[in-house]
Amino acid sequence: MAIAIVVVLLIVGSTVFHFMSPWWFTPLASNWGSIDDTIMLTFWITGVVLIAINLFMAYAIWRYRYQKDRRAEYEPENKKLEGWLIGLTTLGVVAMLAPGLIVWADFVTVPEDAHVFEVMGQQWQWSYRYPGRDGILGTTDNKYVDFDNPFGIKPDDPYGQDDILVQSDEVHVPIDQPVKVLLRSLDVLHDFYVPNFRAKMDLVPGLITYFWFTPTKIGSYEVLCAELCGQGHYAMRGIVVVDEQIEFEAWLAEQPTFAQSMALARAPGTDGQEQTASAQSVASISADYKISDEQLNLLNAYLDSSLE
Amino acid sequence: MTDTTPADVGFAPPAEVEEVELYHAKSWITKYVFSQDAKVIAIQYSATAIAVGMVGLVLSWLMRLQLGFPETFSFIDAADYYQFITMHGMIMVIYLLTALFLGGFGNYLIPLMIGARDMVFPYMNMLSYWVYLLAVLLLMASYFVPGGPTGAGWTLYPPQSILPGTPGHEWGIILMLVSLVLFIVGFTMGGLNYVVTVLQARTRGMTLMRLPLTVWGIFIATILALLAFPALLVGGVMLLLDRVLSTSFFMPSIVLMGESLDYGGGTPILFQHLFWFFGHPEVYIVGLPAFGIVSDLLSVHARRNIFGYRMMVWALIAIGGLSFVVWAHHMYVSGMNPYFGFFFATTTLIIAVPTALKVYNWVLTLWRGNIRLTIPMLFAIGFIFTFINGGITGLFLGNVVVDVPLSDTMFVVAHFHMVMGVAPLLVIFGAIYHWYPKITGRMLNETLGQFHFWITFVGAYSIFFPLHYLGFLGVPRRYYEIGETAFIPASAQSLNAFVTVVTLIVGFAQLVFFYNLFRSLTKGEPAGDNPWQATTLEWQTSETPPGHGNFGDELPVVYRWAYDYSVPGAVDDFIPQNKAPDETTGRSEPT
Repeated sequence: MAIAIVVVLLIVGSTVFHFMSPWWFTPLASNWGSIDDTIMLTFWITGVVLIAINLFMAYAIWRYRYQKDRRAEYEPENKKLEGWLIGLTTLGVVAMLAPGLIVWADFVTVPEDAHVFEVMGQQWQWSYRYPGRDGILGTTDNKYVDFDNPFGIKPDDPYGQDDILVQSDEVHVPIDQPVKVLLRSLDVLHDFYVPNFRAKMDLVPGLITYFWFTPTKIGSYEVLCAELCGQGHYAMRGIVVVDEQIEFEAWLAEQPTFAQSMALARAPGTDGQEQTASAQSVASISADYKISDEQLNLLNAYLDSSLE
Repeated sequence: MTDTTPADVGFAPPAEVEEVELYHAKSWITKYVFSQDAKVIAIQYSATAIAVGMVGLVLSWLMRLQLGFPETFSFIDAADYYQFITMHGMIMVIYLLTALFLGGFGNYLIPLMIGARDMVFPYMNMLSYWVYLLAVLLLMASYFVPGGPTGAGWTLYPPQSILPGTPGHEWGIILMLVSLVLFIVGFTMGGLNYVVTVLQARTRGMTLMRLPLTVWGIFIATILALLAFPALLVGGVMLLLDRVLSTSFFMPSIVLMGESLDYGGGTPILFQHLFWFFGHPEVYIVGLPAFGIVSDLLSVHARRNIFGYRMMVWALIAIGGLSFVVWAHHMYVSGMNPYFGFFFATTTLIIAVPTALKVYNWVLTLWRGNIRLTIPMLFAIGFIFTFINGGITGLFLGNVVVDVPLSDTMFVVAHFHMVMGVAPLLVIFGAIYHWYPKITGRMLNETLGQFHFWITFVGAYSIFFPLHYLGFLGVPRRYYEIGETAFIPASAQSLNAFVTVVTLIVGFAQLVFFYNLFRSLTKGEPAGDNPWQATTLEWQTSETPPGHGNFGDELPVVYRWAYDYSVPGAVDDFIPQNKAPDETTGRSEPT
């Protein structure tokens, strides 16, 4: 008998726990409210099922507890009942799956006007790269990685010269602009996870992976590595700051370009080369990336201001 | 209600295979050590699995100590912590649950329940155990090699599992992989045996649709394991080659701490596909025997036929089949082609339908039953409760877009512990209380059993239920410590401390269980042949514990299904499977 009572108490307790819990999703700071909606839909459908089945079970345990002079009912099966239960379950599953797949279709379809930045992971730090004025990230290869060129950008790739390098665990993004995050790892698997954005994706050495989101709330959000990457995994943290456009541009302008950092590494006074390269690359914006005119102007503005 | 009793009640077709000469042990050593008797092998398997499971349990205490009270225990550093979680996971999933369900319960119950004298390949069966033992010893040996055991996480994802930066990359990972390979070799010998025995050695009248669900569960799970383990085997061997011979199956070009390594061209995601092609069926390799066993526990102790037997069998088969086309739901955010998400989310959620049907039928078995709240019944009810909870959170993680925020968080940890940790373990406990009287001839102590059940059931739920909420919050799994993180309130630490305290309590309650196991060997009440008044053949043996050859001179002949409980008109409220129609006035009279 105690077991029926305990089952009821656990169900009541879990429900109370749910409503009292101070542990819940962080405030949403991206466009992925639709993910939250799907979660809540799943939560309510499954929650009702959880409560209903367990209460029914508790009732059955109490109602049909052992009595010496009673016999259980002999009933091998009841096809009609089983048919109904299968049907209803299928409906419930469809009600969760269909919206889920619709949102997933959004998730895998990157908006054409999304701007791009790259996240690079290595044990146990984050760094970031913006494509610079030309809107195109320079080609990279692990064989070019060295102390002066930590991102491994191909030294003679014209698209790479104006790439803006962020060698810090903090990156900024402008508010309300869709962004495609390209993910690259130098060593092992990592996972770029910002709880407030809901989205996450693994970084896989040898591949470039991606996901997209639109930041919707000004603020500073923590990045956690969510794929075990060795002993320092738990300490691999970063920050994404969502800025107003102006502040974002100002921040970006403070970051060095690839050409600048290489020049600095080699010797002072070779800025001229870099400017030529940037000019060339701006002229040859590729249609592949489908950068809008507005964004192109924006990018040119960053580069200009960064060169001043 | 409609009369839907299987139509062939009372008919006993001729045996499919003739009885063969049994192997007879000639010495104490061949009887109890290098034994070819499935019952002895079962006990060897179980004892080894439980012993190694104790190691896994202690590891869970250590990791919980770190999570509950960070910066308190100076003897646990990050490397230790990652070694704890890795060894805990691998031990519990493979070396405890898989070995105990298939090697332990499979060996003991299959021959007895199908009316066979032994497994069909007794020598291979013996070899299976000894290879398993070697695998366990190698795994344990990794604590004594330089660098200690691997800390790569139980998923062993390359590249990190074989690179410096991960503890145990020197020797630990090699021993782990070799141990897994041996485990698979050992399992394959046993597994082929179980399948062939079920197919070939059933006694006269034991048709497939008269098999107890325990046998069905173990049978399907074994087939899954035979098909799934090879994927882990090749993955493991390839990873071993990458580690030892510097091949690059899974290794792309890598710059590690500024140094270029001699790898190139491989793909880490390939390993994940191989691993999860094994890893997802593995969930059901542990789950299906539990489903089968719990069905029998519920039926026996509720004195009622299992509800919807045929659907229960088909559900087992459907779940088994589907389990091979859902593996990539573990990889939604792995960087694989995101369009796979549509397919794998759909297949994954389809599995919910046969699984839910099983839950309904378990509960409907209780409905209109005459429920004896014995210890096995309590554990069975505890299982249903826990399994519903764990199954439901699977609907979150299976639905690709819902998985994105939750994957790699504590939600996942809570989910899989609930569904494939606690739930199967509750079945194992129930099964031990249920069959211990047959294995030893004595009952386990009821009071100690009550104590064990309540602490374990309520405790385990209190451990894992709150962890889901840390996952909602966004606390990642596999974090040595959370440290200063703005979005994680201080209360999360209090919750972690609470969970740790409960973990220790639940852990120590298991010591009471072990005490009960040993004490009852000599002091338990004598059980008799059939203390639960069950219908299946293992309870109809002439001796308890069953002797060599299981059934004395004559093998039983089976006339009915395994669930003739409370048959209207019958004298007793159960009719054993081997009772001929003319021996009872029950339902099986041809009309």
